[in-house]
Amino acid sequence: MTAPEQIRNFSIIAHIDHGKSTIADRLIQMCGGLSEREMTEQVLDNMDIERERGITIKAQTVRLDYTAKDGKAYVLNLMDTPGHVDFGYEVSRSLSACEGSLLIVDASQGVEAQTLANVYQAIEANHEIVPVLNKIDLPAAEPDRIKTQIEEVIGLPADDAIAASAKTGAGMAEILEALVTQLPAPIGDREAPLKALLVDSWYDAYLGVMTLVRVRDGVLRKGMKIRMMGTGATHVIERVGVFSPKPTPVDELGPGEIGFINAGVKTVSDAKVGDTITEERRLCDEALPGFAPSVPVVFCGLFPVDTNEFTGLREALEKLSLNDASFSFEAETSAALGFGFRCGFLGLLHMEVIRDRLSREFNLELISTAPSVVYQMHMTDGVRFDLHNPADMPEVTKIAEIEEPWIKATILTPDEYLGPVLTLCTERRGEQVDLTYAGNRAMAVYRLPLNEVVFDFYDRLKSVTKGYASFDYAVDNYRAGDLVKVSILVNGDPVDALSMIVHRDQAEGKGRAICIRLKDLVPRQMFKVALQAAIGGKVIARETIQALRKDVTAKCYGGDISRKKKLLEKQKEGKKKMRQFGKVDIPQNAFFEALKMGDN
Amino acid sequence: MSREDQSLGLYVHWPFCKAKCPYCDFNSHVSSQVDYAAFQTGMLAEMRHLASHLEQPSKLRSIFFGGGTPSLMPPDLIAAILAEAEQIFGFATDIEITAEANPTSVETAKLTGFKSAGVNRVSLGIQALDPAQLHFLGREHSVTEALAALALAQTIFERVSIDLIYGLPGQTPVNWQATLRQLLGLGLDHLSLYQLTIEAGTVFYTRQRQGDVLTGSDDVVAGLFEMTNATMEEAGLAAYEVSNYARDGHECRHNLTYWQAHDWLGIGPGAHSRFDRQGQRVGLATRRSPQSWLEMTALKGHAIETECVETPMGWANEMLMMGLRLKTGIDLNLIEQKCGPRQLWLDQNRLATHFEAGLLQFLEDHNGDRLATTAEGRLLLNSLLADITR
Ligand SMILES: Nc1nc2c(ncn2[C@@H]2O[C@H](COP(=O)(O)OP(=O)(O)O)[C@@H](O)[C@H]2O)c(=O)[nH]1
Ligand SMILES: C[S@@+](CC[C@H](N)C(=O)[O-])C[C@H]1O[C@@H](n2cnc3c(N)ncnc32)[C@H](O)[C@@H]1O
Ligand code: SF4
Repeated sequence: MTAPEQIRNFSIIAHIDHGKSTIADRLIQMCGGLSEREMTEQVLDNMDIERERGITIKAQTVRLDYTAKDGKAYVLNLMDTPGHVDFGYEVSRSLSACEGSLLIVDASQGVEAQTLANVYQAIEANHEIVPVLNKIDLPAAEPDRIKTQIEEVIGLPADDAIAASAKTGAGMAEILEALVTQLPAPIGDREAPLKALLVDSWYDAYLGVMTLVRVRDGVLRKGMKIRMMGTGATHVIERVGVFSPKPTPVDELGPGEIGFINAGVKTVSDAKVGDTITEERRLCDEALPGFAPSVPVVFCGLFPVDTNEFTGLREALEKLSLNDASFSFEAETSAALGFGFRCGFLGLLHMEVIRDRLSREFNLELISTAPSVVYQMHMTDGVRFDLHNPADMPEVTKIAEIEEPWIKATILTPDEYLGPVLTLCTERRGEQVDLTYAGNRAMAVYRLPLNEVVFDFYDRLKSVTKGYASFDYAVDNYRAGDLVKVSILVNGDPVDALSMIVHRDQAEGKGRAICIRLKDLVPRQMFKVALQAAIGGKVIARETIQALRKDVTAKCYGGDISRKKKLLEKQKEGKKKMRQFGKVDIPQNAFFEALKMGDN
Repeated sequence: MSREDQSLGLYVHWPFCKAKCPYCDFNSHVSSQVDYAAFQTGMLAEMRHLASHLEQPSKLRSIFFGGGTPSLMPPDLIAAILAEAEQIFGFATDIEITAEANPTSVETAKLTGFKSAGVNRVSLGIQALDPAQLHFLGREHSVTEALAALALAQTIFERVSIDLIYGLPGQTPVNWQATLRQLLGLGLDHLSLYQLTIEAGTVFYTRQRQGDVLTGSDDVVAGLFEMTNATMEEAGLAAYEVSNYARDGHECRHNLTYWQAHDWLGIGPGAHSRFDRQGQRVGLATRRSPQSWLEMTALKGHAIETECVETPMGWANEMLMMGLRLKTGIDLNLIEQKCGPRQLWLDQNRLATHFEAGLLQFLEDHNGDRLATTAEGRLLLNSLLADITR
């Protein structure tokens, strides 16, 4: 156990690729946490997907032992924060477990949109912030310009920013020293009843449910009977430990310390993030301020390509939710896609990450419907409810009003691309809130309907700025909108999976675009197929797929029918990959492809 | 068992050609020397061996010399094979013995020899009547030679059929109809008219992958097919199978054996046999490479490489696949007898859809259980099969 004065808890704020992981690795190495051999690159992002996408999803901590220039030994707890807005919830609770942050900015790139959002959260959490300019070894580094940018855009004094290079090692010693001298030590009363924040929990194949905690007051010990103040559940602590970065048992955790406990908790959902942990026989008087639980804002249907995999999908979703309580799922039946689940996510990236993990870790082949937002429906009879699935939209005559979520989006872009960015925002019904310049970068703040962003806004933004823009958003409010449901009919039958809710002005364009796209995606059938887009009973667009003209093996000869049979089997195999809709066979990917269109 | 089931056919594969046509994926090879004696020994041995696979060999109702180019075989070889076949199986009185022949002058000269050996029907690979088209198809013969061969064949044989390929790039209905009319004027009773198909492993396949257009578009070829059916029907040679046209009674009995899923044995490299044995459908195939076929027959008396027994579902699929090629369709009761109740192998809901759309029909004159494609349906047969079979 370490005295609070000798502890510093910090998190790192950085935009993707600005060097967070590399710097963390350097710091771990300098403090002797891992031997050279154990130092697999980038210790922190330990999920494959995190590593590939360079994002952090789960909070992680590393305990560093550092002897400062004052000759005293310190414990530095590094708490990694997710870098993405979708995981803002995780960010806020990681931040609340620390007293300060390192703000890492790539000296050749400058401040990006996601950095901004996280810095603001850190400021709100009363963090002391230490700016670090990384990658000063690069010829393109402009530390002075970036310092000015930090001051202008964020409003943080940056004169004393540490010039660093994780590559050469420059500035690393200064960072460690700054953590000790600039960050406040945690405060806590060792004698008071136990009060600890449940920062995160996850399932570990060897150790079971791991609970990451930050002790405020009192002491956590093995054998202690604890109570979760939110859920009321009690458990006996089986193991107390810290991450160094390997899980290492310790005797106890005192005020200011960060570590993990195993306490016979069966599922992650029993260890509610944000809960306050206290001792059963000496309860603390007041719980720590909780967190508003995160609410899914983006929904989509996930369906197994192979209908037999429905149970497999359910099991996979259950397993994933063990580690990620922030997404929701409930069974859904679609006439077009069969049995699947309607899933809710914190945002688009969260959705992609979950989809990726389902296919990669569970080997599931999935079709997903277009993402949709949550609409607030006000009915003429006074009833109001949340609509998660366009297919469930009630009859128009019974709807008094539909409200849709709006976001406040911040876009940072080199100014040469500003024109196309503004055009894109306007096309998406955006309202400009602010437009400022810092150096040769512009920052545009817009209010946008979320449903205009969920499809392909990122992709379009990336393509109009050649990948140089960064984008971040926060859900803002709900507003009434002139929204209609566009149904797509195949030979007169509505395809539930393709119905969408759009602004009336865009209904025809989007409906037509889907029909045209479907025309290319649906193979010719033995009969003519009509593709229509309609609002209620009114057809607003129509395309026709001509009937297949010829599909026969002309010569069948010499008694070798095995080849013909193989052909038939192959054709049947191909058909299995289709979903029968009425009489029409639609390849499964057509549903998603049809919705993936750009604005062309 | 019905009498139909007792019918037995024999296929003899001759795997050599003078040159390889760029569209052809048959088991045919170009070789400067062929050891005819060795082939004779091998084929006779393999025939005897195959006969032993049958429960009870019945008389042959048809024999077919195919290839490759069987007209390159010495007539003696053909005679020897026929003699052996007659000895082993016996011949039905009306046996049909067909040989394929290429219409080059060399082979045409041998037609009388084939006749003396016992062949009573020839199928001539005319392919086209346009010099540019023959050139495109890489054929070794000219239009004049082809027509001369046909005229000669008609004086020697009572039954003469020809093969043509259509749906070539740029081929117009006018051009194709002119070819058909010209040939119909020559008093033919049977024609095989094939849409050019690009097969994997051929020169055309590679060229197509490189971007060459080697066939007419599906829409155009479908139009040619419909026109062909009309033209042939008007001339009294209705389509009795997807690509085969004959006057009543002049159908190729041997090929009907395949389409009606009767029994046949195949000898020679890469030949296939299929027959019923103890209520099961057996399939055999021999080595494809002529050289290794020779070696294997010399060693073991046969070159059977694969033997498979169909599942009832597989057998039902086979009967539907072949039977629906025929205008007269297939008797579902017959399939039920062999493969079990139809719900096991037929998606009857889908049938209804295709009846409605006019692609399938039950033939009235056959007590209502004979399923057949309509002319439109036949053109979509592969899709139909994938849809209705299980
Ligand atoms: N030249 C240079 N490259 C660096 C430096 N720090 C990190 N990088 C590189 O920048 C890329 C992104 O770094 P990483 O630590 O993964 O960024 P993260 O996404 O913020 O964790 C990697 O290719 C690093 O090797 C530095 O100081 N100088
Ligand atoms: C075994 S082949 C050849 C018989 C003989 N060797 C000849 O070439 O005349 C039988 C017939 O199949 C047809 N055929 C072969 N390959 C074809 C293809 N790729 N597309 C359409 N018909 C083809 C030709 O009409 C050919 O006459
Ligand atoms: S089409 Fe006939 S001649 Fe040409 S390669 Fe094939 S079998 Fe031989």
